[in-house]
This record gives sequence, structure tokens and C-alpha cells, in this order.
Amino acid sequence: MIAKPLTLTRAPQPQKRPLSRAQRATRLLLLALTAISGYALVTMHTDHLNWATAFASFWHNLQLMIVHPHLGQDSWAALLQAFANTIALAMLTTLLGAFLAFFLALATARPFAPKPLALAMRSLMAVIRAIPTILWVLVYATVIGLGNEAAVVGLTFHSVAYLTKAFAEAMETVPPAKLAALRATGCGFWLTVRHALWPEVRASLLSWTFIRFEINFTNAVAVGAAAGTGGIGYNLFMASAFNFDFQEVGLIVYLLLAFAICLEFVAVRMRKHLTH
Amino acid sequence: MPNLYLRQTARRRWLTLIAALGLLVAGQLWLQLNDRQAFMGVWAGLAWLVHNFTPDAAAWHDLPTITYQLWRTIVIAIAATSVAAIVAVGLGLAGAATTGRIRWLRGGVRLFASVMRNFPFVAWALVLLFSFKQNDFTGFLALFLMTIGYLTRAFIETLEEVGGGAIEALEATGARYWPIVIQGVLPAAIGGLLSWVLYMIENNIRDATLVGMLTGTGIGFTFDLYFKSFRYPSAGLVVVTLIITTIAIELLATHLRQVLTH
Repeated sequence: MIAKPLTLTRAPQPQKRPLSRAQRATRLLLLALTAISGYALVTMHTDHLNWATAFASFWHNLQLMIVHPHLGQDSWAALLQAFANTIALAMLTTLLGAFLAFFLALATARPFAPKPLALAMRSLMAVIRAIPTILWVLVYATVIGLGNEAAVVGLTFHSVAYLTKAFAEAMETVPPAKLAALRATGCGFWLTVRHALWPEVRASLLSWTFIRFEINFTNAVAVGAAAGTGGIGYNLFMASAFNFDFQEVGLIVYLLLAFAICLEFVAVRMRKHLTH
Repeated sequence: MPNLYLRQTARRRWLTLIAALGLLVAGQLWLQLNDRQAFMGVWAGLAWLVHNFTPDAAAWHDLPTITYQLWRTIVIAIAATSVAAIVAVGLGLAGAATTGRIRWLRGGVRLFASVMRNFPFVAWALVLLFSFKQNDFTGFLALFLMTIGYLTRAFIETLEEVGGGAIEALEATGARYWPIVIQGVLPAAIGGLLSWVLYMIENNIRDATLVGMLTGTGIGFTFDLYFKSFRYPSAGLVVVTLIITTIAIELLATHLRQVLTH
């Protein structure tokens, strides 16, 4: 028997797989980002900026800041007091915000709040969050006068809205069966919160509060600089925008950097402690 | 024994509560706050806001200026984030434990990211304003410098999630470093990387108001101008457009993130 001659046929070409939804979204997003960035860079108003001198002066000031930090108009005592003010401001607004946000989150989280209330709270908090912290502080500085009170109220506003959202999301991860079990035994609202909800969300609430503390510290500096409500931010603003003393700016930057890096270290330790 | 345990946890709970209250009181005493004034001020401020900031007919004439400045701000915030993302991909590849081949460079990148992340952005804004004066590029550079540290750190974590196993498997086939990175690591991580970029764009558009106030550019400067010349209805219109934009971008980014990572 003669074997049928073997014909070499080409293996069927693999069909080009249609792109998945995620791949299409990725390509579209990359394209959009490139187009928008290109447009922005091409149409940027630079007003006859002399690039060479601008970069040279920036580099020079950066060197002054980093290599030669030095005291300027303010004494060590004044700087440290302003620094302590900023820390106190951040701490106070974070604690206040966390305390208020816990109760507001109970009115926002799905297992506790009736639907219309939850929706209303969610929208309200989204609107408050959408207004930048600095605007709240500026408004309160106008109404109750320039000072720590304005900064406290302004920073607290934003903290409450931010933490309410974060806390409510954390509370929604608690298994509903757990809550139902306690309710079935006849536990009232607060007992359920205390014994079913609190142990589950404690760790995550704590870590959100700490994240907000870091944000509030940055905001407290910014608010002092932009609204003039005091704290180290104001010294930073005066040193650079009024006295052009970049050596003092450098010193303040080192102070703030040291504190922020300590916070980051604590945060990493805390996260390890909480997850174990 | 359980009795002792319960007593101890109860004591610790009370101590935590007292410590928190102590910090509250200490902070309040240190800042010498007038609580009554502050508390009454909350409602007074809201009433003042509604009364003065409601846009009137004159304010609507400013709408073209406001929307133009808002558009410029958004576009520049996106550009600053995207350019920072390109740099951060390079830094992330050098800093991640799985793709970084040079040990001291890995440590160096991490240190750089940590310093940049914690560098007070107020200082960037003010120093840049001095050298680059009041123009779009100052805002762009300030946002760029603020973003680079965050993105580098986030990218390092995202790239490390791809895992050494996949890289080892590709190495076993004889693939070289760059093909592994470009065809193996980056495509696997792109969804995560882009989610971070979206998150930073959202954040930067929020922060752009503040940066604009400090550097005298964009929508922040527009607001500052209206606010300081007592044109409150126009300032209110700026706030309204900011609220709409921020919420729209937040919703869009959340939706895109869901599509990208599933």
C-alpha cells in the first residue's frame, strides 16, 4: 500500500484574539493621557521665560536650602514653637475629625443606615470633600478672624468628610451575619455596635486616622502659608516669599522632613503590628 | 485567670480613651483656642458662605474666564502626573526588588522616593515661584515634584507584585533583561500602574487649587483674585465649578480603576 503523500499544510493561523475590556481601556487611557499631556506641554504659557537663568537660579537656591540651612529672622525658640503649633493643629483636627466621623459613618454605612439617609450623607460628604481645605480655612478666617480657630474649623471640616467615607467603607466590610446574630439575641443598637462592629473595624479605623494625621500635618503647613493662620507654614512663607532667605527655608524643610519621616516609620511599624 | 485578662483589657481601654482625651485637651490649651467662638463660628461660616458665595448675574459673566482657567489647571495637572509617571516607571524598575539589578541603586531609589514624598510641597511651590516666576510652568513643575515620590513608591510595590516567579520562568527561556521587562513585567503590571496614575491625577487636581494660590497660576489664582477683591459671588462660582469637576473626575477615575483591574 502506498502511503498517501504527506501534504504539509500550514497550521491554522491563530486568530487575533479580540482585546479584553481591560486591555481596550488601558490603550484608550494611555492614548488620552499622551494626547492631553502633549497638548498641555505645547500650549503652556511661559511668558518669555529665560530657561537657562531660571534653572540656574533654582539650582542655586536648592543648594542654599540643602547644603547651607541656617537660621534667619526667626530664633530657634520661635521656630520650634510654630512647629509645635502645627503639630498640635494636626493632632487636634485629626482627633476631632475621627470622633465626629465615627458617628457620621454609622449614619452612612449600609448595614446601619436606612438607604435614603445613607445616600444623602454620601453626597453631602462628597461635596464637602470636593471643596479644598484651604477654601474652608479662608472662609472661616474671614468670619471668625485670622487665627488658630479658623484653621481648626477649616481643617476639621475636610477631615470629617474624608474619615466618614473611609470609616463607612471599613464598616461595610463587617459580615452582616455577625450583626444579625447579635440583633437576634435582643441586643440593642449600641450593644451591637460595641460588640460586633467595634472589634472588627478598630484596626482599620486606627490606620485611617493615622493616614489622615499625616495629611493634616501637610495641610496645616499649607494653610499657614496660604491663609496666614500661623504655625510653621507661615514662617516658611515669610522666609521665602518675603525675605528670600532660602537658608531658613532649608532649615524649616529639614525640620518638617524629619518629622514626616518619623511618621512614616511609625506608620510602617503600626501596619505590621496591626496585620499580625 | 480570665477575670484578670478582662480587667487588664478594660484598664487598657480606659487608658487609651484617657490618652486621646488628654491629647485633645492639651492641643486645645496649647493653641489657646476659644471653643465657644470656634463652635458658634461653624454655623456663622456656613450662613456667610451661602449668603455671600451664591453666584449672581455679574458672576456668570466671569464663567468663560473661570472655565478656561479650570481647563488649563486640569490639563496641566494631568500632564505633570503623566510626565512624573514616565520617570517613576524608570525609577520603579530600578528600585523594585524583582527588577532592580543593582543593590545600591535600589536603596538609593527608595531613599529618594521617601525624601520626595515627604518634602513639604509648600516649599517647592515657593522656591519655584522665585525662579520661574508666575506662569503655567511653575505650577507644572510644582505638581511634578510633588507627584514623583508618591508614584515611585507606589510603582515599586506594584512591580514587585508581579513576582519573581514569572521573571525566573522567562529567564529560564533565555530571555534577556529588557525583553523580560517590556514584554513580561510591564504588561502584567500596567493595570495597577495606571490605577495609581489615575489616583494621583485625582489628588493633583484637588491640590492644584492650593498650589495655584501659592504660585499664582491656574484656578487657585483666579479664586484668590476674586476672594481678595471681595468679588464673593464670582469666587462662589469658582467653588461650584470646582465641586462639579472634582466629583466628576472622582467618579470617572473610580469607574476606570474598576475596569482596569478586573
